[in-house]
Amino acid sequence: MKFPLSWLKRHIDTDATAQQVADALNRIGLEVEGIENPADRLSAFRIAKVLRAEPHPQADKLQVLSVDAGNGPMQVVCGAPNARAGLVGVFGSPGTVVPANGMVLKVAAIRGVESNGMMCSVAELELGDDHDGIIELPEDAPVGQVYADWAGLDDPVIEVAITPNRPDCMGINGIARDLVAFDPQTFRPRSPDNVLVEGKFAFPMKIGIEEGSGCRTFWGRVIRGVKDGPSPVWLQNWLKAVGLRPISALVDITNFFSYDQARPLHVYDIAKLNGAVVARRGRAGESFVALNGKSYDVTTEDCVIADDAHVLGLGGVMGGEESGVSETTTDVLLECAWFDPEMVGETGRRHAITSDARARFERGIDPMMMGTVIETATQMIIDLCGGEASEPRIATDLGPDDYPNGDRLVAYRPALTKALAGVEVSVDEQRAILARLGFFVLDPQNPELWRDEESRQTALAKIGIDPAAPADPDHWVVRFPTWRPDIDGAADIVEEVVRIHGIDRVPSTPLPRADGVAKPTATLVQSLERKVRRAAAARGLNEAINWSFIPEKEAEAFGGGQAAVANPISEDMKIMRPSLLPGLLSAAQRNMNRGAQTVRLFEIGRRYLAVGERLTAGIVLAGEKTPRGWASGKATKFDAFDAKAEVQALLTAAGVSVETLMIMPVLSGAESGDAGEHYHPGQSATLRMGPKNVVAAFGTLHPATARAFDLDGNVVVAEIYLDAIPVKKSSAFMRAPFTPPTLQPVTRDFAFLVAADLPSGDLVRAIRGVDKQNIVAVRLFDQFVGQGVPEGQKSLAVEVTLQPMEKTYGDDDLKTISEKIIAAAVKLGGTLRA
Amino acid sequence: MTDIAKLQSELTAAIEDADTLDALEAVRIAALGKQGSVSALLKTMGAMSPDERQVQGPIINGLRETIAAALAEKKAALETAALNARLNTERLDMTLPAPETPRGTVHPVSQVMDELAEIFADMGFAVAEGPEIEDQWHNFTALNMPETHPARAMHDTFYMTAADGEEPRVLRTHTSPVQIRTMTSQEPPIRIIAPGRVYRSDSDATHTPMFHQIEGLVIDKGIHLGHLKWTLETFLKAFFERDDVVLRLRPSYFPFTEPSVEVDVGYTMVNGKRVIGGNDGWMEVLGSGMVHRKVIEACGLDPDIWQGFAFGTGVDRLAMLKYGMDDLRAFFDGDNRWLKHYGFNALDVPTLSGGVGA
Repeated sequence: MKFPLSWLKRHIDTDATAQQVADALNRIGLEVEGIENPADRLSAFRIAKVLRAEPHPQADKLQVLSVDAGNGPMQVVCGAPNARAGLVGVFGSPGTVVPANGMVLKVAAIRGVESNGMMCSVAELELGDDHDGIIELPEDAPVGQVYADWAGLDDPVIEVAITPNRPDCMGINGIARDLVAFDPQTFRPRSPDNVLVEGKFAFPMKIGIEEGSGCRTFWGRVIRGVKDGPSPVWLQNWLKAVGLRPISALVDITNFFSYDQARPLHVYDIAKLNGAVVARRGRAGESFVALNGKSYDVTTEDCVIADDAHVLGLGGVMGGEESGVSETTTDVLLECAWFDPEMVGETGRRHAITSDARARFERGIDPMMMGTVIETATQMIIDLCGGEASEPRIATDLGPDDYPNGDRLVAYRPALTKALAGVEVSVDEQRAILARLGFFVLDPQNPELWRDEESRQTALAKIGIDPAAPADPDHWVVRFPTWRPDIDGAADIVEEVVRIHGIDRVPSTPLPRADGVAKPTATLVQSLERKVRRAAAARGLNEAINWSFIPEKEAEAFGGGQAAVANPISEDMKIMRPSLLPGLLSAAQRNMNRGAQTVRLFEIGRRYLAVGERLTAGIVLAGEKTPRGWASGKATKFDAFDAKAEVQALLTAAGVSVETLMIMPVLSGAESGDAGEHYHPGQSATLRMGPKNVVAAFGTLHPATARAFDLDGNVVVAEIYLDAIPVKKSSAFMRAPFTPPTLQPVTRDFAFLVAADLPSGDLVRAIRGVDKQNIVAVRLFDQFVGQGVPEGQKSLAVEVTLQPMEKTYGDDDLKTISEKIIAAAVKLGGTLRA
Repeated sequence: MTDIAKLQSELTAAIEDADTLDALEAVRIAALGKQGSVSALLKTMGAMSPDERQVQGPIINGLRETIAAALAEKKAALETAALNARLNTERLDMTLPAPETPRGTVHPVSQVMDELAEIFADMGFAVAEGPEIEDQWHNFTALNMPETHPARAMHDTFYMTAADGEEPRVLRTHTSPVQIRTMTSQEPPIRIIAPGRVYRSDSDATHTPMFHQIEGLVIDKGIHLGHLKWTLETFLKAFFERDDVVLRLRPSYFPFTEPSVEVDVGYTMVNGKRVIGGNDGWMEVLGSGMVHRKVIEACGLDPDIWQGFAFGTGVDRLAMLKYGMDDLRAFFDGDNRWLKHYGFNALDVPTLSGGVGA
């Protein structure tokens, strides 16, 4: 919300500058977002008189003017149709910046005639839309004076962000009240201009509210014999300064109260009404055209104002076009109503209407000020538009005790300010601050403060104060003002006291510190995540962070999403990713489009499954593994074993013993928790801890998937399901003792012919298993198919490392072990190669 | 000259003249080989009388030793020359490039989160986590934002699709639900930070629909606004590694804190960029306040016993302020060039002793 300084001064008497006001507002919690003075940009523009105007010798539409801006005649070329001798306007001299387009005025020849500046239009100075001609000022406007000063534009506008808890500050009077509370010496309150307008005739029509309509009070007044027209300049200027377009006096008056008192009003042209005006629920099939020109179908959940024939408006949200005032209006109904804030909010959201009225009603309007506002507004209508007022009419279903935010009390201990805010504020100061804000520390035993004894007892009991107990200086009863619906507990009172006392006066107080050096705080999973991240970066991978939401099509390629956003920002950000790979592949593709030769990306984040959010590491390797090189020859591509290497390295970093993992095919579908269709069926695998627990999947991306992501060549990917890795704290720091064998290990090579489809890992594991005592390592070092190897078979060669423990091996020992190894291979269908 | 002396000088000359290892070997065989001239002399000693051997023995043996030494010396010289000659042919162009190793990086957001965890660990804060797809009770209701609360509408919430009749879950709009999850699952005293992804339906030059926040929560007895102020000052000084970090606290409003405080930090302009420290200007960095009674109550704790503060700030924003990125959207684009430019070395692990900035 913004307001000009001059408007604030309607409520307070002060010499403070806009900056001083802004500083004060910031300190008390009304955040200033900016100060802008329209005069700043106009300071170089002066009032000038056109002395002579002659036709331009080269151009029909131009004139050559002689202009006096206080320093004698100057020649100016001008194209405005209204330029003429005797006109008083606004002149910009060379060197001046034109606000509308940022151009710097220069001395220049225009069609061969020198021009020394510019006579300006309203649009050029950004003071309006009119650019048909140059500004025309009254003849007596002082030539040479700065135009902005003369026109009263030197009026800084302060923009404040109003938090939702402060409906009172949606009116300039509320902002003024806070300033007064903060510093009554600098910001001196002016007494409000309350009036009572005498009714000249009985209220001539029917108004009403239906029970449950959402309107609790409809206060009306009819003014007859008005003449609507433009509002006075001061009002237009103020409305323009707050960002509104002046419309006509009657409309401008309602807008004035919306900003001045946070009190929206509405005027109806009585000539356009049919019968009684009633607040009720909308009915199915009803619609109306609102002031924004759009048609709305109202619902039974909306509160509407309607006459006998039509819906006239959505209560507290927006009025209708049809019943609005115009130049022909003579009699008006002025409405000052109180709508249920929640219903206003819901109606606004339902129809996606934002309006000044909604913003105020939704946050809560002071129900106790309807009378003063409607009186003041009636007077203003009579002052500006003439006419005479009826008696007021009030339709309400509120009893004296159930005014919203009526008699509301809060129990407050002055000591709470120190306890909660850590700052000492004397009880006298607390009391004074509260009083200036309209809060009243009352004596609970004073019967005059309540209607009767019963309401006194009820009110006090409600806040836990014993109605019989004498007033206690340590336990205050605070009655808070009707314009502060946000107050609902003692902590709110602390906030009021502290923000006015000065939150900067809260002393910084160290948190108590535990003895000794700070203890480690990372959980095991957090430590695991950090290790995997740093290990991946150490291996040359670049960490990316991708969107958690992906397009539906991409999710489907990876088994389908299991959670979807109902109101996505775009279709590309709709499905919560079931895998990290789509995001990484899209990033890889963007990089390739930017000309990257190689992409090595990883991400650690969650995948979103029906069963929950699972911590995952994803890897994509695309493009060249190694570039062509003087030593290495042609560029090489990534293959599935590069993915395997990354996975094994990161799992090792995560503390997993990789050798013990089972290597099994990628499964598709829900069974594995991992959809496998995006992998090359012959060049992919999963690593499992036990047959069910998949800790990682890796391999070459299926060419169809690669194509879907617009990626060429071999793309290899991997996912590590970090959530599947069991984490446990090692019980002690102490390692097992170091006992290297005293004897040297022996190696023996074996080559076997086996079926071509036998996984080499099976052979290695079988050999490893024949004598766990002596065989400490089995390493596959050759795989061969071709000459000398029968069709359907392959040759696998392994190096077996044997570790003697007590004594060196004799020929018999080695022979026994060799026979066992060969037997194991035979069992897998293998034969020893001669 | 005796025959022996003559033989020695002949052999020495031959050794001297040998210019290849083969030629030298021929000399050795001619002298010390089985049929060699020196070997022949040695053999004659067997037939000598003891007296004669007494005289001739040392002379002949001396000859053998001299020749053997000369051969060895010459051999070493020839070998050195041969090695030098070979090395001379093995010269490589050492300006040729060595094999390249890809340079990996840690994303600035991860790095900053590690920095924050390190700083707050020293103040006794653990790192807590919670789901990103959150129910409305944790995201709003328990945080004193009932269904019709205007602040709830201000949150630009992403809702999840839900079966008919079920309340849709939301993508958490802030990390504050982790406060609730922590307070409902562990006994005070509590000191946690909760970093993570959050979501708002907002996208422009300075907003992305997904970003990162970090939440802080302290619940204990006798905790007040002064502790909050100290904690934030201490944290920001440690994070930016500057002692001239100045804070400006402003009263504000959040439904889940009362009193609520917004925190501005002072900056100085350096080369057209805002650098934290000093007070040429102020910028908003944190929202905070004393945890609302209703929030503490909603978590099943007694607000007359337990009170404390909470704060929240943008992790991406902290990264930008510290390391100078100026486009938030680039954080989530996965551009190799950006990741290499702003990313961190794997070994830049933030530590208190080594510094939390890299």
